[in-house]
Amino acid sequence: MTAALELTDVAVDIAGRRVVDGVNLAVSRGEVVGLLGANGCGKTTLLRAALGLMRVTGGEAKLAGRAVKGLGEGARSRLAGYLPQERRVGWNLPAWRVAALGAPHLPPAQAREVALAALTDVEMSHLAERGVFDMSGGERARVLLARLLATDAPLLIADEPAAGLDPDAQLLVMDILRARAAAGAAVLVTLHDLSLAARSCDRLAVMAKGRLVADDPPRAALTPEVLREAFGVGGVVIERDGSMVLSGLRRILDGERLVFRG
Amino acid sequence: MRLIALLAVLLGLSLVVSIGFGETSLTAAQYHRSLIDPSSAPGEILWSLRAPRAVAAALAGAALGLAGAVMQGLLRNPLAEPGVLGVSAFSALGAAAAIAAGWAISPGAIEGAALAGALVAGVVIVGLAARLQEPQSLILFGVALSSLGGALTALVFNLSPSPVATADILSWLMGSVANRDWGDCGAALIPMIPGVALCAWSARGLTMLTLGEDTAALSGLPMARLRLAAVAGAALLTGAAVAMAGVIGFVGLAAPHLTRAAVNDDPGRTLAPSALAGAILIVLADLAARVIPTPEELKLGVVTALFGAPMFALIAWRASRSWRA
Repeated sequence: MTAALELTDVAVDIAGRRVVDGVNLAVSRGEVVGLLGANGCGKTTLLRAALGLMRVTGGEAKLAGRAVKGLGEGARSRLAGYLPQERRVGWNLPAWRVAALGAPHLPPAQAREVALAALTDVEMSHLAERGVFDMSGGERARVLLARLLATDAPLLIADEPAAGLDPDAQLLVMDILRARAAAGAAVLVTLHDLSLAARSCDRLAVMAKGRLVADDPPRAALTPEVLREAFGVGGVVIERDGSMVLSGLRRILDGERLVFRG
Repeated sequence: MRLIALLAVLLGLSLVVSIGFGETSLTAAQYHRSLIDPSSAPGEILWSLRAPRAVAAALAGAALGLAGAVMQGLLRNPLAEPGVLGVSAFSALGAAAAIAAGWAISPGAIEGAALAGALVAGVVIVGLAARLQEPQSLILFGVALSSLGGALTALVFNLSPSPVATADILSWLMGSVANRDWGDCGAALIPMIPGVALCAWSARGLTMLTLGEDTAALSGLPMARLRLAAVAGAALLTGAAVAMAGVIGFVGLAAPHLTRAAVNDDPGRTLAPSALAGAILIVLADLAARVIPTPEELKLGVVTALFGAPMFALIAWRASRSWRA
C-alpha cells in the first residue's frame, strides 16, 4: 500500500542554512508516528515542507504517492490535514465555527454537524457556542484539534497538539489521534513529552540538528545514545505495568561520558 | 440576513432625512411640489442637489466600509483600513499632483488621477501580498507606503505654483461630497462594481485566514487568488471613494468594528453589514456637515475625523484583548 506520507532525502534551507538534512520518513495509514527532537532541530520545518508549505531544497515529499509540489490546493487538502503549533486565532469566533472551518466545502448545516461531532470527540461540546478568546489556552487548543479532526483527511499532521495541556487532556488528545489511526488515518505528531510519545506512538522518528537519528518502535528508538544525541539528556525507556516510561531523566554535562547501564 | 435588512432600512431612512433636510428649509407645500414636479425650484434642490450628494456620500461610505472590512479580515487586525496600506495616501497624492499641474479645468482629470494613485498603491500591494505571507510585513510596507504618499503630497504643496492650487488641494484632502451630481455617482460605480465583486468572492478566504496562513493554505480554498482578489477589490473601492469624495478617514475603521459583534466576529460575514454601516455613517456625517451652523460649511473629512479619532483610541483599547496569545 502507498504510504500516506513519504519523504525521500528531504532537505530544506532557510536563509542559506540547512535546517532539514536528508530525511527519509514514511507514515502509513493505521499508524501513529511521533516526531521528536530538541527545540529548533527542524521538526516544524520538516512538517511544513512535507505539506508543501515550504520549498524543499533537495529530495521529494509525496502525499499518497503524489508529489506534493504538483498538487493543487484542493487535492492537497483532501490528502492531508494540518494542525500548526501556532494557536493564535485572529477573531473571536465561536468554537463550533472554528471547528467547522475544517470542512469549508460542506454545506453550512452539514459543516456544523461535523464540527459539533469533532467538538464532542475533544470533550468540548459544552462550549460549542463560546468565543475562542473567552477560553483558556488548553480549551482553545482542543477546539483547534477539533478543526483538524473535522477535515477528515487520511493523513493528520499535528504540531505539538499536547503542548500546554493538563495530563488528562494530553492523554485525551493522544487517544483521539490513536482512534483516528485505528479508523484508518495516518497520523504524524510532534511531541516533547517522551513518556507520552512512548506510550502513544507506534513508531518514533527522532531528529537531531536536521537529521533523523532514529525511526523505530518507541523502545528501540529511545536508546540512551539517541536521547543523548537528540536532547543532550540521559535516561532510558523501560516498560512498567505494560506501558513505556522514561526513567532516570537527567541533563548530561559537557565532558561527561555516557555510562550505559541496560 | 436580518442584520443586513435592518441596516438597509436604516440607510434608506438616513437618505430620506439627508435629502429632506438641509440649509434651505422647505415648507410642506414645497416638498409636495418637488415630488410632483422635479423640475420646479424645490424639486431641483431635492433631486439635483441633495439627492446626488446623499447618494455620493452613501457610495463613498459603502466603498470605504467594505474596503476596511476586507483589509481587517486579510490582515487579521482590527486597526487595519485602506489608509493603513497607503492606498488612500497615494490616491490623495494623485489628486494633489493633478490640481498642482493645473488639470482641474478638464473634467474628470482629478478623479482619474486619484483613482490612478490608488491603483498604483494597489498594484504595489498586490505584488507584495503575493510575496509576503505574514500580514504584519504587509502592514509595515503599508505604513511605509503611506508615509511616502504623505511626503510626496507635502512635496507637491511645497512646489505648488499658486496659493489657489494649494487651497484647492487642501480642500480636497479634507474630503467632501458637496456639488456632486448624478454623473459623478455613475462614474464612481465603474470601479466600484468590480471592486465589490472581488471582495465578495474573497469572503470565504477571509474567514479561513482567522486560523492563520498555514491552516488557510491547507484548507483547500484557492488562498493565493482569494488574497489577491481581496487586495485588488479593496484598492479599487478605496480609489473610487477617494476619487469621488476626497480623503475621508476612519469610516473604513469604524464600520467593520460597529458590525463585527453582530456576526459573531466572522470576517467574511462582516463585509455586507460593514458596507451598509459605512454608507449610513457618511450620509449622516455629511448631513451634520451641512446643517451644523458654521461660517464655512464643515468638510466631511473633518467631521468623520472628529468622531473617528476618539473611536480609534477606543478600538485600540478594546482590541488589546485580541492580542493576548
